[in-house]
Amino acid sequence: MTADTRSTPRLHDDPLVRGLGWASALLGVPQVAAPAGFARALGVGDAPRHRSATTAVGVRELAAATGLLGRPHPVWLWGRVGGDLMDLTLLARALKNHNGRGLGRTVAATAAVTAITATDVYAAVTRTRRSTPMELTAATTVTRSPEEAYTLWKDLERLPDFMAHLDEVHVTGPRTSHWQASAPFGRTVEWDAETTQDVPGQLIAWRSVGDADIDNSGEARFEPAPGGQGTEIRVSLRYELPGGPLGKAAARYFGEEPHQQLDDDLRRFKQVAEIGEVVRSEGAPGGKRARGEFPQHPARPLTEDELKEALA
Amino acid sequence: MKATCWTGRNSVEVQDVPDPSILNSRDAIVKITSTAICGSDLHLVDGYVPTMEKGDILGHEFMGEVVEVGPGISDGTVRVGDRVVVPFPIACGACASCRAELYSCCENSNPNAGISEKMFGHPTCGIYGYSHLTGGFAGGQAEYARVVLADTNALKIESDLTDEQVLFLSDILPTGYMGADMCDIEQGDVVAVWGAGPVGQFAMDSARVLGAEKVIAIDKETYRLDMAAAQGYTTVNFEDTDVRSALLELTGGRGPDKCIDAVGLEATHGASHVEFYDRAKQAVRSETDRPHALRQAIMSCRSGGVVSVVGVYGGMIDKFPAGAWMNRSLTLRTGQCHVQRYMRPLLGMIEQGKIDPTRIITHRLPLTEAPTGYDLFKNKKDHCEKVVLTP
Repeated sequence: MTADTRSTPRLHDDPLVRGLGWASALLGVPQVAAPAGFARALGVGDAPRHRSATTAVGVRELAAATGLLGRPHPVWLWGRVGGDLMDLTLLARALKNHNGRGLGRTVAATAAVTAITATDVYAAVTRTRRSTPMELTAATTVTRSPEEAYTLWKDLERLPDFMAHLDEVHVTGPRTSHWQASAPFGRTVEWDAETTQDVPGQLIAWRSVGDADIDNSGEARFEPAPGGQGTEIRVSLRYELPGGPLGKAAARYFGEEPHQQLDDDLRRFKQVAEIGEVVRSEGAPGGKRARGEFPQHPARPLTEDELKEALA
Repeated sequence: MKATCWTGRNSVEVQDVPDPSILNSRDAIVKITSTAICGSDLHLVDGYVPTMEKGDILGHEFMGEVVEVGPGISDGTVRVGDRVVVPFPIACGACASCRAELYSCCENSNPNAGISEKMFGHPTCGIYGYSHLTGGFAGGQAEYARVVLADTNALKIESDLTDEQVLFLSDILPTGYMGADMCDIEQGDVVAVWGAGPVGQFAMDSARVLGAEKVIAIDKETYRLDMAAAQGYTTVNFEDTDVRSALLELTGGRGPDKCIDAVGLEATHGASHVEFYDRAKQAVRSETDRPHALRQAIMSCRSGGVVSVVGVYGGMIDKFPAGAWMNRSLTLRTGQCHVQRYMRPLLGMIEQGKIDPTRIITHRLPLTEAPTGYDLFKNKKDHCEKVVLTP
């Protein structure tokens, strides 16, 4: 798993991040300037140890405020979560050893910090971009020349014919295209792509550009197979999977096994290259969706309604 | 239309289903005139093949008249009105396997190839009415069927041969023939055939056509052995005698030169303890197939001989006699039949009267009585050898 370590500009305009930054500042200033008064206000007493603990907390808050307002980054949000846990520990000790004076205020402070902790955890989790790079490779051989196989692949708008997860590809320029795909859990993802390498009859490579839902890149290589058997095609894809390893495991659990999918995609590319279309059966009338259709339609002719849906 | 549907283990019903329609551009629709129940249909009915869905139409041996063709069918191939026999393996004709005439290993015709690849290591072809592992294609024990890639998967019959004479070109005649063909039979060979069902009978006929001097039939059903004996073949009943000893006796101690397994995964064994061992393992899925015939064939075959397997296996077996196979230089040859390779030459042999496929037909029923046909065939009632259904 890799966390995004760059300072992310979009956090500058994030109201939640800015709000938490100002909250840190508003807490930190009185804690550092008047620690005794602040401690009394919480009902925890103003002995020297209470004062120094309050000052330390204030310094921490000011540091978080500077970070969140100046150079926003998820690490400051996680810092706040750590600080909240520290505060809760201190307040729990204060409650345990309480002498009774101002107990109500201490309880109220604990409740408030608990609520703040929840907010901080939410902000930290949602503002941290996590992704797992996943690399897939698959190969097939088709009884076509490298030029024919290359030409077929180069027709990007035809890729959704045999690639199960692609809904649509639109060519938007000589080297650019817009892709739309189905993602696990019924979501749709879109991205713009550019062709990064193009060697006719040998290689096509591409990568997503701009703010893609899922950063990805890939390449297809075409080489003559030994003995004049046609063309060996090797495809590799690289995705930055959202949700980290957990997302990957969940996707697998729901039957979205990416390796199998790429194998199946290439098998269908082979069908298109060798016989001109993807083969449909009564059990798998949707053609490219065959694997996802289990349990399949019974192997019997479809009703008119079923037919319309399958061929849509 | 009416169609024979699988409705669960040991349960077959004739149901009303929608008429088939063109799904791919090179499809054709055939109005079925004759169809048959195959021994391998029993593996489905008996529940040995996974990925069956309730309502699947059974049947992969059928013929009829073309009533519709898809827009991708080029002129001069299949036309409306043609009388055609449909081979059970769906072949594309364009992939490397098809170009090598290994049609049942077609790389393109099975939409569920990813699943069959998991079981078999590499994908296998689509087959009509034969589980979703082979694609989920509707079968041909019906009034109409969709023929896939019809320009490579329909044999046009232009002579006035009857349906019964040519129907078995769809599967069992080429399958039996391939069993013998893989043996590389030389003049004077002794060929032993395990299983005297329809495929076994045709393997025997083919062995004789290809030059075998002596053909031995091995089974336990006396009526099936009698059917073989009527053709002049020697018979061995494995319930009465030890097969290997009997074969050594019949071959002067050499063993048969060539052996054909026309039984497959549901074999039975004369010795009850061996039978029980494999049935128990099969029941707990520690093995999926019962390989008695294959084991016997390997142990009995002469050193340097060929064991040819056309009986169907689907998964794993235990106690494969690898020592006998390796130390005695045996050749093991196998395959689901590459029907498209053998149809035309066999049609010629039927026309010349060298092979009479009708000799195995014991029952003729209307399609609506298909469940009765299954019962007769599965339980070997009324001396049933082969059931032909007519819609």
